Amino acid sequence: MSDATLHDHDARLSACPACDAAPLAQRIAAGGGGQEDIVLSLPTIHCATCITDVERVLNRHPGVRDARVNLTLRRVTVDAPGMSAEELIPVVEGIGYEAHELDPAALSASAADRQGRDILMRIGVAGFAMMNIMILSVAVWSGAEDATRDMFHWISGAIALPTVAFAGQPFFASAWRALRHGRLGMDVPISLALVLASAISVYETVQSGHHAYFDAAVMLCFFLLIGRYLDYRTRAVARSAAEELTALEVPRAFRVTTAGDEPVPVVELVPGDLIRIRPGARIPADGEIAEGSSEIDRSLLTGESIPVPARPGVALSAGEVNLTGPLVMRVTAAGRDSSLARLTALVAAAESARGHYTGLADRASRLYSPLVHLLAFCSFLGWYFATHDLRLAVNVAAAVLIITCPCALGLAVPAVVTAASGRLFRRGMLIKDGTALERLAEVDAVVFDKTGTLTMGVPQLVSLDPIPAEARPVALALSQGSGHPLSQALAQALREAGTEPAPLSDLREVPGYGIAGIWQGREVRLGRADWLGARHGEATLSASWLSLGDEGGQGAPIRLEFSDRLRPGAEACVARILGSGRRVMLLSGDAAPVVQDLAQRLGIAEWRAGVTPVEKAEALRDLRQQGLHPLMVGDGLNDTAALTEAHVSISPASALDAARTASDMVLMGSDLAPVAEGLELARSARARIKENFAISLVYNIVAVPIAIAGFATPLMAALAMSLSSISVTLNALRLR
Amino acid sequence: MEILGLLIPVSLGLGGLGLVAFIWSLRGRQYEDPKGDAERILSSEWDDRPKP
Repeated sequence: MSDATLHDHDARLSACPACDAAPLAQRIAAGGGGQEDIVLSLPTIHCATCITDVERVLNRHPGVRDARVNLTLRRVTVDAPGMSAEELIPVVEGIGYEAHELDPAALSASAADRQGRDILMRIGVAGFAMMNIMILSVAVWSGAEDATRDMFHWISGAIALPTVAFAGQPFFASAWRALRHGRLGMDVPISLALVLASAISVYETVQSGHHAYFDAAVMLCFFLLIGRYLDYRTRAVARSAAEELTALEVPRAFRVTTAGDEPVPVVELVPGDLIRIRPGARIPADGEIAEGSSEIDRSLLTGESIPVPARPGVALSAGEVNLTGPLVMRVTAAGRDSSLARLTALVAAAESARGHYTGLADRASRLYSPLVHLLAFCSFLGWYFATHDLRLAVNVAAAVLIITCPCALGLAVPAVVTAASGRLFRRGMLIKDGTALERLAEVDAVVFDKTGTLTMGVPQLVSLDPIPAEARPVALALSQGSGHPLSQALAQALREAGTEPAPLSDLREVPGYGIAGIWQGREVRLGRADWLGARHGEATLSASWLSLGDEGGQGAPIRLEFSDRLRPGAEACVARILGSGRRVMLLSGDAAPVVQDLAQRLGIAEWRAGVTPVEKAEALRDLRQQGLHPLMVGDGLNDTAALTEAHVSISPASALDAARTASDMVLMGSDLAPVAEGLELARSARARIKENFAISLVYNIVAVPIAIAGFATPLMAALAMSLSSISVTLNALRLR
Repeated sequence: MEILGLLIPVSLGLGGLGLVAFIWSLRGRQYEDPKGDAERILSSEWDDRPKP
């Protein structure tokens, strides 16, 4: 196996968008926005008619050379030189299909495909060899003798040895890596069994012996490769979906121009550009603050845990997170010159900061590998001292290794995880982390965020009437600077009413409270009631308050009401989780009456309002200290710490990218129902995994004494191996 | 038993043919879009003549 393939093998272990950020940036830097195919994501296509419709309408469009739909990935690749996605999206949407632009540079499909094809090829070769050797072996088992048997053994060996050498490479490579690091993985006993079985069979064949294990060696390769392939498929599907999320949004910056803000791809930024950075956003390039003040979170880059204040003149680096206030930044080094090294460091820091959870498979193999080696070694010693027959002793030891070899164990976990995550994926839940499903099964308390999680998080201003005409420009200027959903809704409503923003200075966002600025020498604020000195009152609508300072009798803050609707499936989801006997909590930064109203509607007894981001994280730490395994479902910047603190975390696809990066699973649709379903499915998946371990254990308990006693034959090894593999796979498939 | 001398190479050759066909289809990227291929066969486009 070449070095490149080895690296691919390592790389596939991380299926999170953050881990894809560095290669993504590298590809963007290398690509430099060259002429490539246009890739559109088509989330709603599902049938043959959709394929033909989309392809026909695109192929008819002037300038399009070729369009090909991939239904599995729900994408269309369009070869249209000189055209842009903006021109093609209306064409597809014109016939009623939703379409989004995807950045082809962010989709590393080709590298992953090559690895999948590589494993498939090895499965094909091993399968071919297994069938042919099996035909020959059946003849030997049913009584071929002398020269015929020897000839069959020779032919089997001629097929088996190259096959094992080729198809076994993934195991040999991984076993070698484990040994070099002083560990005993699952692959060490596998490799040892493969090598020992092949070697002893060649020796026996040369000596005209009765037993050759060529069929067992090849069958072992075949079944274990299937396990590897299932494992790979699960990760590849998750990664391609995660990449799609990344490709949907990442490489855009907001360039400040005289005509207003203009979204541009990050690769098109040049030194000297002015870009606007919203709170909660990652800084896309290196630069210097030109306008605005804020705080900057550098913890992921430097390890500083306290946010750094940022004023005009302060230098910013790509990858830092702007926390509180909107900034206008002058780019000093863009794209390929700046962010690469830092993004790589960011990924490494995020990965090392993540706590380590040992999966069931790892725990099983940690117990299993030493035991198997010990068993084989003991039976070798026992037989050698009892009979002083080296050939017999080695034969028995090899039989023990082959019989115990974790064929079923290697399939037990991947088959279940593939079946379970496939089902969850169809229901709209994407699992980013390999052990997330197992951790989800342990969950006994569920913590929800309110805005954007239980509710849709796209509020609408009830009415513009409470805002006097002269206050509207100020309100627009304040709300434009904030990423908070209420502010964005306010800004949208005002812009639709034709308002122009007023000039403000010192704009800063206080996280969890609101946004403030100086207007004509007065401090103006937009935010929560208690921060502005207003009483929230008894109303159950979400409200934001606008304060215009103390002059001119305008002292009293103006109340702005917003309505927010429940996320579909939220009620059913909460009811199902409560019904399963788990604790449900609601932690929200919103005002008490609103939270209380929602909690009562959903039947949540434990709720807290006005919770700051720090308190959220503390609440989750408390739960963990009580010995609970909390699941955090949240979407906002204020949830990021809590998401990281939780045992396992879920965020909706609409969440901020920081929150999505911090969570283990992503809800692709707007429906919340898959959360409850996921909890139940995770439990049954864990039960299936344990059943599978039990099944393989039973096979081993029956077969190992026979092998140690020296009665094992190649026929028995073949039977035990295929029966146990097939029974664990069938058991796993019950999940679908 | 002389027939074995003929039958074994024949069976190996046939198996090998299958393997070569599998590798050829793998190289030809025929496993890229299994869902789409399953649906495409239902479409009546290009039923009368092959796609140019």
